Amino acid sequence: MAKYLVKRIFYLLLTLFIVITVTFFLMKLLPGTPLQNQQKLSPSQQHLILKQYGLTKPVWQQYLIYVGGVFQGNFGTSFQFSDQPVSYLISSRIGPSLLLGVQAMIIGVIPGILVGALGAIKKNTWVDTTTTIVSILGISIPSFVLAVLLQYFVGLKLQWFPIADWGGFSYTVLPTIALAASPFADTARFTRTEMVDVLNSDYIELARAKGLSKWGVIYHHALRNSLIPVVTIMGPLAVNIMTGSMVIENIFSIPGIGEQFVKSILTNDYPTIMAVTIVYSVMLMVVLLITDIVYGIIDPRIRISGKSN
Amino acid sequence: MQSKETILKVNHLKINFNTYAGTVKAIRDVSFDLKKGETLAIVGESGSGKTVTTRSIMGLLANNAVVEGGTIQFHDKDVLKMSQKQLEGLRGAKIAQIFQDPMTSLDPTMRIGRQIAEPLMIHKGVKKDKAMAQALEMMKLVGITDAENRINDYPHQFSGGMRQRIVIAIALINYPEILIADEPTTALDVTIQAQILNLMRELQDKISTSIIFITHDLGVVAGMADRVAVMYAGKIVEYGTVDEIFYNPKHPYTWGLLSSMPTLDTDSGELASIPGTPPDLLDPPKGDAFAARNPYALKIDTEQEPPFFKVSDTHYAATWLLHPDAPKVTPPDQIIQRQAKFAAMQKEAKQQHKIEEEEEQQ
Repeated sequence: MAKYLVKRIFYLLLTLFIVITVTFFLMKLLPGTPLQNQQKLSPSQQHLILKQYGLTKPVWQQYLIYVGGVFQGNFGTSFQFSDQPVSYLISSRIGPSLLLGVQAMIIGVIPGILVGALGAIKKNTWVDTTTTIVSILGISIPSFVLAVLLQYFVGLKLQWFPIADWGGFSYTVLPTIALAASPFADTARFTRTEMVDVLNSDYIELARAKGLSKWGVIYHHALRNSLIPVVTIMGPLAVNIMTGSMVIENIFSIPGIGEQFVKSILTNDYPTIMAVTIVYSVMLMVVLLITDIVYGIIDPRIRISGKSN
Repeated sequence: MQSKETILKVNHLKINFNTYAGTVKAIRDVSFDLKKGETLAIVGESGSGKTVTTRSIMGLLANNAVVEGGTIQFHDKDVLKMSQKQLEGLRGAKIAQIFQDPMTSLDPTMRIGRQIAEPLMIHKGVKKDKAMAQALEMMKLVGITDAENRINDYPHQFSGGMRQRIVIAIALINYPEILIADEPTTALDVTIQAQILNLMRELQDKISTSIIFITHDLGVVAGMADRVAVMYAGKIVEYGTVDEIFYNPKHPYTWGLLSSMPTLDTDSGELASIPGTPPDLLDPPKGDAFAARNPYALKIDTEQEPPFFKVSDTHYAATWLLHPDAPKVTPPDQIIQRQAKFAAMQKEAKQQHKIEEEEEQQ
């Protein structure tokens, strides 16, 4: 297990390096410069400022300097926020993003599993039809549309929760729901399909032949086996939430890194773009690693060997 | 054998399935009984209703199944009238089942010890430690080597034959009165088949359970069963003791089945088969369902269903050929050979009987 982890972490770092390299050169292809008021500056002034940030060197040199900095834990300073170190910028903004992401994952996945399982158990009844319709809606309505609808109806008309901004828990409710809709729908749909398969399998027949009650069969045998494939979609769901958060954070003006990312791309804030990309990549790869480990825990057939057999 | 107590009695069972294509008459008036400690083999080709019959005994019919009529008497209770709760109490405790494919009939994510112990914990409220200890005993009984070390293994760590032993252990852990074995060796290779069949025979002696043995393989039946019921198109067409069915069959379908089974006496050459396919049970034919494939069919076969004609106290067959007015027909050569063997056996038995009587008198 330890050997496996070390290997995985090595691959993770390698992947990260590739991501940094590709993003760096792609970013340099973006049109424009980080200068906000280019028209008012003379070419020599522009050159001076760019030189100050090391942007007049050839791109490959800039790349080597950047990578060298990253290896020393130096992610540079932001262009747009009066020379704040990027690491500070991100650490002060990652909290709201993580909170939203984790909340959305929890209220998406757990009810998704329950609703999906219910649909499978009550297959071809009105319960199944209703849950299917709800999950199809969840998949087809884009999160930003849902966000605006929630702001209008729940925020403005009903006044149950704040429309935007960031304060306490109540500020997280609407963005979390908007973010969670698609993971919820995906999980529900996937769980239903898997569970229908599992409920038709021979070992469920045997479990029934043992005299287990209907719910006993589901709890002891069907649920775990249905969840194995569901775990595999956790990675893609996490991606879904991360990309969704960029839009959602903007709509709800939440001071998270998603909002930061969009801003920094619009202003060619190179160090911030790079840093946020690295943060997203690391989060995604960690989620995938956790998924693989959890997968091994709940499915003995692919448990990382070394101890048994 | 007659003196033994009857524990299961199926009476005029009729089961339909509602499908999109229409109503499938899967079981069309099936009756049989099972005595304590005996093995009854139900033989027939795919779709003849063998499995549906056993599922109805377990109360495990699919949702679209409708019991049209009949009773399934287990001791003095009708299984068909039981509540879900009562059925759950029956399954795995009094009536247990072994399934066809051991590769898929175990839960892949549960340790096998736990799977074997589960019926004990459900039905007898045995605590986990004690149940696991009994599971270990049962694993030894069904011949799982190195049971102590393997009790915490998962199904994928076992071979097909071993998995079927585990399935048998699960079925027998509560010492059921009836064990339903639904083609338990079909998915196994021949040498493993023999091992599993031997094991079942041994265990039947040890825990004195009755077995309903479902199969399409007559070769397996000979060594296993006391009595045989032959099913065709949702009906039993002939039943009797294993010797009666093998050596003195009366129904043309049984003739066909036996002729298409290779034996040591089979001459080289083409293996016989029954021409045609079973009838569509969405719309069963009038008269004898086998008539269309039956080279010995009489005119009446297409008009009226044959009743059971008695051959002996234990042997009945539903074919018009047994009617006193029916023309004499000559069965296939193989069957004549079998009948000759049977006659010789009976003669021998009679002589043996005589000798014994004489010895007794002296």
